[in-house]
Amino acid sequence: MSTESIAWPSTTAESRPFIDQLHEWVTTVDHKRLGILYIVYALVFLVIGGIEATVIRIQLIRPHNDFVSPQVFNRLFTMHGTTMIFFVIMPVLFGFANYLIPLMIGARDMAFPRLNAFSFWMTCFGGLLLYFSLVGANGLYGAGNAPDVGWFAYAPLTSRTFSVGHSTDFWTLALLVSGFGSIGTAINIIATVLCMRCPGMMLAKMPLFAWLNLIMAGLVILAVSPLTAAQIMLLVDRYLGGHFFDTQAGGSAVIWMHFFWVFGHPEVYILILPAFAFVSEIVPVFSRKPIFGYSVMVGATVAIGFISMSVWAHHMFTVGMSFAANTFFVISTMAIAVPTGIKIFNWLATMWGGKIEFRTPMLFCIAFLFQFLIAGLTGIMQGAAPFDWHLGSSYFVVAHFHYVIVGGILFALFGAFYYWFPKMSGKMSSETLGKLHFWLFIIGFHLTFDFMHIPGLLGMPRRIYTYEPGRGWDTWNLIVTIGVFFQAAGILVFLGNLIWSYFRGEAAGSDPWDAWTLEWSTNSPPPAYNFYSIPSVRSRRPLWDLKHPDDPDWKYE
Amino acid sequence: MSTTSMPLAPAEIEWNLPRRGRVGMYSLIAAEAAIFTIFVVAYLFYIGKSLSGPMPRDVLSPPVFYTVCLLSSSLAIHFAGKSLRGGNVRTFGAWWLLTIILGAIFLYGTASEWHRLIDEDGLTISTNLFGTTYYSLVGLHGFHVVMGLLGLTTVMLFTFFGAVRQEHGERIEVLALYWHFVDAVWVVVFTVVYVIGR
Repeated sequence: MSTESIAWPSTTAESRPFIDQLHEWVTTVDHKRLGILYIVYALVFLVIGGIEATVIRIQLIRPHNDFVSPQVFNRLFTMHGTTMIFFVIMPVLFGFANYLIPLMIGARDMAFPRLNAFSFWMTCFGGLLLYFSLVGANGLYGAGNAPDVGWFAYAPLTSRTFSVGHSTDFWTLALLVSGFGSIGTAINIIATVLCMRCPGMMLAKMPLFAWLNLIMAGLVILAVSPLTAAQIMLLVDRYLGGHFFDTQAGGSAVIWMHFFWVFGHPEVYILILPAFAFVSEIVPVFSRKPIFGYSVMVGATVAIGFISMSVWAHHMFTVGMSFAANTFFVISTMAIAVPTGIKIFNWLATMWGGKIEFRTPMLFCIAFLFQFLIAGLTGIMQGAAPFDWHLGSSYFVVAHFHYVIVGGILFALFGAFYYWFPKMSGKMSSETLGKLHFWLFIIGFHLTFDFMHIPGLLGMPRRIYTYEPGRGWDTWNLIVTIGVFFQAAGILVFLGNLIWSYFRGEAAGSDPWDAWTLEWSTNSPPPAYNFYSIPSVRSRRPLWDLKHPDDPDWKYE
Repeated sequence: MSTTSMPLAPAEIEWNLPRRGRVGMYSLIAAEAAIFTIFVVAYLFYIGKSLSGPMPRDVLSPPVFYTVCLLSSSLAIHFAGKSLRGGNVRTFGAWWLLTIILGAIFLYGTASEWHRLIDEDGLTISTNLFGTTYYSLVGLHGFHVVMGLLGLTTVMLFTFFGAVRQEHGERIEVLALYWHFVDAVWVVVFTVVYVIGR
């Protein structure tokens, strides 16, 4: 074990002209810079999408409110959904994957650095294209500005007859373009994980983060491509007079639903698997124990990947499918709860008997476990077709999937931000502000989304811009909207914390959490080449082996 | 721990990983296959659902000659790769040129079929569901043939200027993988459009 002392080149901000620095960022092919570009880009859209959500909730705070018009309301929920899924969560997850995978597997970059830059800029232009519809969608028709067809854009709402102007075209093109970016990133992740691992890092010794992102990338390839195909068909319909989704000419509106949800449901797992990846890295470190049941975790992930491709039509129970189809999709939906449950038990078993440190990342992960469990349970409720016939397209559905996406994915994501911020910036983030963020956000989250289930059970449909008083929905909607302001305050504290800590935080050092994966063995932030010499590993916790040469992991694995 | 760098003990094992070019191309092929699957499903779903003519039975005839051309181009590109591995750049160039010619003949076949359909039979993409699905599926495949031909022609130009050498064999074969995929997809499209759908 040689402890070479190396004079690292200074990575702090140089006093070069701004235009040079900008040029470097725009032309970069470095996976760390692209990762940060993804993350910052996603944070900008998080604020935009969050403002849209806030306006939606202000409109619904009381019956007969007229804060926004019905037309604007339709645009708001369409833009909110599309923005949050495609231009917040996917880019931010790709950003973390980009930044961390090469560092975790001991590589100097992704397999295809230029494809990586291409993918980022495609995603970036996709988001800009979506919001350009606010300016450009009026076109020659003078009708419509932002897309207003809902995030799943059911036919025939998207036909030329019902969607004049170009807003739907901007929506389609935005998803098409960002879809190419996503597929490019997925190809890159697969090639990186399979071909760029450092010596000794067999597949069974990879950090779970790399495993889960590998499966996620596989799902992107199999799920985003159908969306791309469906968008091409929609473009053919709208521009070339095709009839794919034109019921007047024998086309089918239901086949669009199938094509969309063949993408749409695996998409949920594309979003949640990286969240699982964050939790699988953070929970062991703050429990001071190795992950419980590594191989079962990998197996469960692969199982989720397979089963997630066969559950899509549980979004369509209310369409009126055949008995056989309903039964199949009920059973497959129930089946996917099994590997997911295995994961929850594994994280609990990792914490069990551990020396738990309640730092900010761990707080978010514990909240994730609790909330994701509830989100999964309401998912099983709706996975039963008869129950879904009752509650399909109600606020119960809205509450359920926000419980997954906010309570599950976003909480894990915040944990990841606090956990890897020291690595990316070289500075510790403020623990006080972090805890303030956590408590504000968890109070806001539960006020909003716990109580949102109830008007759904009472029959409140989703996507209505207002409602009659006296149906028992009023108080619940008021509470739900109040929660939004707590969440917004939490987000502001979070962003403030990132900015403040970046400039004023204390130096983090290379390994502030006493962690075990390779990214903590190099500087914070890592130099452009990541590792002075390519490391080699013998166990799943290479830094543990290094710190405890008397009792290394590889003796037992 | 605050050391700046912690080099790890080198492992005493052989370390071989798959080539990234190949893995990347296989991933791209998987994504493309998923796109084609959706178009094929749409085609199969809409067979016989057109409300007005022309119908496939009236206007389509299997392009057997052009299919043979495209499928034999797979053989040609295989022999091209084999020649390059053996270090014979001239033979490689000949086989490569043959691949391009066969691909171009196929593309001409599609073009003339479309010309006949549009000009004589009055079938366009907006005529009926058959037109929509037919032009989309065959057009998507044709687009991939065009992309493939652009890639092949680029390599041909490099060969012509003497820039292709034996050590490029691995990269050439990655491109060949894509071409094999384009050919394999045609087998599916042919079956769906000219056998099942007619």
